[in-house]
Amino acid sequence: MTRLFPLILLLLTVIAIRPATAVEPSEVLDNPVLETRARDISKGLRCVVCQNQSIDDSDASLARDLRVLVRERLVSGDSDQEVIEYVVSRYGDFVLLKPPFKAATLVLWFGPLLMVVLALLALIAFFRRQQANIGPATAPALSNRDQRRIEALLAEDGGSEKS
Amino acid sequence: MTRRLIFLLPLAVFLVIAVYFGIGLTLDSKKLPNMLAGKPVPEFTLKPILGRDDKGFANTDLVGDVSLVNVFGSWCVACQVEHPFLMDVRAKNLAPIHGIDWREVDPKDGPDWLRRKGDPYTLIGDDPKSRAAISFGVTGAPETFLVDQKGVVRYKYVGPINQKVWNDEIWPLIQELRKTKGS
Repeated sequence: MTRLFPLILLLLTVIAIRPATAVEPSEVLDNPVLETRARDISKGLRCVVCQNQSIDDSDASLARDLRVLVRERLVSGDSDQEVIEYVVSRYGDFVLLKPPFKAATLVLWFGPLLMVVLALLALIAFFRRQQANIGPATAPALSNRDQRRIEALLAEDGGSEKS
Repeated sequence: MTRRLIFLLPLAVFLVIAVYFGIGLTLDSKKLPNMLAGKPVPEFTLKPILGRDDKGFANTDLVGDVSLVNVFGSWCVACQVEHPFLMDVRAKNLAPIHGIDWREVDPKDGPDWLRRKGDPYTLIGDDPKSRAAISFGVTGAPETFLVDQKGVVRYKYVGPINQKVWNDEIWPLIQELRKTKGS
């Protein structure tokens, strides 16, 4: 165990210093507030080369150039929204890892909810009907002909209760 | 009768979803929409590549004639495939092709490559930091844009241009745009 200890320590250190993102030290801005904003924006932008990573995660050179661009725009005074709008104006909504909320994406956002609501309504209707069946029996009304037959049969019996 | 129809509803919903997925999943996700179609070329000013003593390449150069803007790099394998075809277009003087030399590892690489293989470009700008490439919405090289006389982007092609694409899409569009010069 004592022999293993340095090894474990080394392993832990290696794990601890492993960078969580692809951001290189030379890219990091001096201003920590701007850097945080840049990181937040980068995490929401898709790397168009390796499509299921954000540019914050990606080592692709184009992702790197986009990260630098995001930072430059922030330094020059752009708001977060302006930076994102610029990138979207070049690559389309596709670069946003979170789909935007707008007319074209309403089905995407509300489709699942609509399905759940429809399913619930169907379920309620189903149980209502079942309950109605279990409850007081509502036999179908007798036709006039049946009614007459019953009356005739009863009259034969002389109206007594005996069967 | 209406009671019966309600049982077909799940099937109908399924069919609608199936059609959506059928279309959505067969789309090539590598092909992004051309966000610039119908819009003026984005502003960019690029320095000349090493060894070319001209003024480089800027968006303001793209007025007057229908022209092609080709994003390439000496590192790009598909550009090697495309290169002879561009030389052919140049030799036949069909339309000016301008180059954006994108992300060379060494600034000498692009010029060396062109010296070795031939230079099909009228104007070339050096784009080491993807500035112009990003403003065009480029995701990989080669990509080619067709720009009309007024500097409006009309068309984008992702991947190497070949004779078929040229005959089917690019050349007819160039001729059409040249006809409507006045408007």
